[in-house]
Amino acid sequence: MLDAGRRKLVEVRDLKMYFPIYSGLLRRHTGDVKAVDGVSFDIFEGETLGLVGESGCGKSTVGRALLRLYELTGGSVVIDGDDVAKLSPEALRQKRPTMQMVFQDPQASLNPRMTLAGIIGEPLDEHTSLTAPEKLARIYQLMDQVGLNRNFANRYPHEFSGGQRQRIGIARALALNPKFIVCDEPIAALDVSIQAQVVNLLEELQDRLGLTYLFISHDLSMVRHIADRVAVMYLGQIAELSPRDELYAQPLHPYAIALLSAVPEPDPSREGARQRIILQGDVPSPANPPKGCNFSTRCPQVQAICHRLQPDLIEVAPLRFVACHFVQPQQAQPAGSTGGTEATEPTQQGVNA
Amino acid sequence: MTDLAPMKLDEALKPPRNQWWDVWDQFKTHKGALIGAFVLGVLVLAVVAGPLFWRIDPAFIEPDAVKMIRSRNQGFSLAHPFGTDQLGRDMLARMIAGGKVSLAVGLVAMLISIFIGTTIGVLAGYFKRLDGPLMRMTDLFLALPLLPLLLVMVMLFRETLAGMFGPELGTFFLIVFAIGVTSWMQAARIVRGEVLALKEREFVLAARSIGTPSRRVILRHILPNVMSPIMVAATLGIASAIITESALSFLGLGFPPDFPTWGRLLFDGVEYMTQFPDRVIWPGLAISLTVLSVNYIGDGLRDALDPRIRGR
Repeated sequence: MLDAGRRKLVEVRDLKMYFPIYSGLLRRHTGDVKAVDGVSFDIFEGETLGLVGESGCGKSTVGRALLRLYELTGGSVVIDGDDVAKLSPEALRQKRPTMQMVFQDPQASLNPRMTLAGIIGEPLDEHTSLTAPEKLARIYQLMDQVGLNRNFANRYPHEFSGGQRQRIGIARALALNPKFIVCDEPIAALDVSIQAQVVNLLEELQDRLGLTYLFISHDLSMVRHIADRVAVMYLGQIAELSPRDELYAQPLHPYAIALLSAVPEPDPSREGARQRIILQGDVPSPANPPKGCNFSTRCPQVQAICHRLQPDLIEVAPLRFVACHFVQPQQAQPAGSTGGTEATEPTQQGVNA
Repeated sequence: MTDLAPMKLDEALKPPRNQWWDVWDQFKTHKGALIGAFVLGVLVLAVVAGPLFWRIDPAFIEPDAVKMIRSRNQGFSLAHPFGTDQLGRDMLARMIAGGKVSLAVGLVAMLISIFIGTTIGVLAGYFKRLDGPLMRMTDLFLALPLLPLLLVMVMLFRETLAGMFGPELGTFFLIVFAIGVTSWMQAARIVRGEVLALKEREFVLAARSIGTPSRRVILRHILPNVMSPIMVAATLGIASAIITESALSFLGLGFPPDFPTWGRLLFDGVEYMTQFPDRVIWPGLAISLTVLSVNYIGDGLRDALDPRIRGR
């Protein structure tokens, strides 16, 4: 399913997004919130990459930076052949139709003063020169695609339920036939029964239209349902990037192990046997990340080297990338090695793509 | 079921309705706004069409001294329904002539001040780089003593404008402009605050991710959502513009003393208030009615423009 020969639609290299902190009487630049600090990954055409992590780890910032809703501090984001980070404003505008976004809060992401037809039609106004009847036909087509009744075209966002609003958001994102859609926690604001509807709609649209998703979420079960590969983020960096089944069966990075141990098990007998790893302490401030490995302050398997050197994200098994000094390639028992023997040298090889 | 099907199809094929129809439907349900619109309509009609029916010259004074003295300060009569003033001029004719100027000054000055205030507020709120300079300029205008400023403006520009447009139209432009540029600051501050909050909302981010340029984000997403505070500022602005105009005229900076405006008539009447209270009641009533009706219209419009309130 995940052969390396597939075309890479999105290539992110060393993405950095710092938000400056100004303080003191003169508002001097005294530091940065390192929301995203050197993140690299690829997304293959037609796949769904899940991006998980706890609140404040930089997931949403990655999603927004990918579409250049923020000006990047560093790194490159190549989407379908163009480096989005370096495009001129007009070229970026031309590029917008290939990449769209579905937002977290369906209430806040729809202008309360526009009708549904106006909201879905906005991308068409900006990027196409359709006549009014053509535009209306396209709007109806989009509404059919996401399962909205055509009679709703004149209604305003406040007249819809949460799930319907999220469908409007999805229809808007689909209006320009994008290739790549960033789903920024599209289900976080919905209740569970609606979550399944929306996720199934997203999957169905992917099959039908050949879309590529970056699916940002903190709901691990939902990511397991929809994603092909999953990236686990911690404090602005990727801890582990693995195919879904391998990650859920056997996480390698200590943080991924702890995170996945928090997923509840529906089967009561197995739930009783679940070993929950509870991490000590809090996430350090991204304005002042720890020296060495970002996870070193809370890692259950921490060693001296973790406080000195930052591990690189390396391929430890086919298609599995882990950033940990103690998960090394070509080891027979990767899971046992996480807490096992101390590696003599941290690997310094670059990021394998 | 079979009867219903064709009707449903028609419903589905109906193109999205122009939202101004929804606005009108909601406006109609607001009784106060309808009454306000009616009262303002009557006032406007009276000052525009009034001179066609009430043909007494508002500046006419009996040339004969005896007749003039007899015609002074009359009360209600059929010949002079609103009475006459201290020079025997017909009050109704003066109210009509004054109303034309006062309403025009109020509306145009309000439009100017709202336009400047909204523009500056939106620019300062939306573009971070302009925020500092524009808001300091707003503070500067707030700190300026207005009357000396107006005095200087009138001194400098009255002659030039009078030469270009004639004395009355020239004074009108000068007053409208002077009131407009000295009363936009509150609107600018209110609008800036609203815009600062709005531009962080996700629908603005969504518009940017679509590739909507800033000017259309402002026109399509920001401005409709700051409509309510602008409406309130505008309706209050009409009232204060009419009052400011009368204060200016009173100080001799506005229209010439014999040129009637509602504010002018009010000030002239103050002297005689104890003997002839109707001399202040009529212009005062006209100003109050205008302000009140405009306020109610603004209230109704604000509700009608908000789709969340519409239909309740």
